[in-house]
Amino acid sequence: MKENVLNRMTLRFPGLPDNERFARLAVSGFIAPLDPAVDELGEIKTAVSEAVTNCIVHAYRGTVGEITLTVRLLEDSRVYISVKDKGCGIPDIAKAREPMFTTAPEEERAGLGFAIMESFTDRLRVTSRPGSGTTVTMLRTLRRGRQTNGG
Amino acid sequence: MPVAIFYDAESRTVLAELSGDIDHCSAASLRAPVDEEVMKRLPLRLMLDFENVPFMDSSGIGLIIGRSKLITDLGGSLIVVNPKPEVRRIMELAGVGRLCSIVFNEHRTLIGGMKI
Repeated sequence: MKENVLNRMTLRFPGLPDNERFARLAVSGFIAPLDPAVDELGEIKTAVSEAVTNCIVHAYRGTVGEITLTVRLLEDSRVYISVKDKGCGIPDIAKAREPMFTTAPEEERAGLGFAIMESFTDRLRVTSRPGSGTTVTMLRTLRRGRQTNGG
Repeated sequence: MPVAIFYDAESRTVLAELSGDIDHCSAASLRAPVDEEVMKRLPLRLMLDFENVPFMDSSGIGLIIGRSKLITDLGGSLIVVNPKPEVRRIMELAGVGRLCSIVFNEHRTLIGGMKI
């Protein structure tokens, strides 16, 4: 089924730590017309921050590669977010998604990135191929949209 | 400065007032000065004040877990002060309450002239 996309944007930026903040502020600004509640905005920003941090810390470990961030505003106040890298990929996605699992404990990574993305969105999909990259897509319906659906 | 650090000798408390967003980018710069003060003072309590932290992701959880380990190894305890609702939400999700107590404004007292 083809989704009706009301608005969309794509950003490409290098995986520099400074861009973690930039990415979540960009998403925050882009979805502002939907008038998300404070807690919804906070959760979406956190999910984006986790996804972009994963690209920087894990996908492009020791190097700086390109991250592609896509946001689409769909009908019924639904927000689609995709974060894509061309990094090392994830050999075992199920393992990576386990809460508290991290490959970088010495850097004080809590191993909660995917658990947080999962909690703060309605749907999380992770596709990855070792050696060619990872794409994380998230879908979140804002409360305003849920009300519309009910009526 | 993303962190202001105070020490109260009477209560042997280190207070670190964090400010700004806490993410992977900023966590390292918050970690070093706090650890340095803790290793210098060997306090009984480490208080991390989140009042001026508008945003935090799992890097902040890593920061709390790491400081909890450090202060617990020294026989002290960690106290998290005044997280905003959005920051508190992620702390609850991660179960930070199992590592330390989380206190709010009404529990603040004056210890050694220091606002805690």
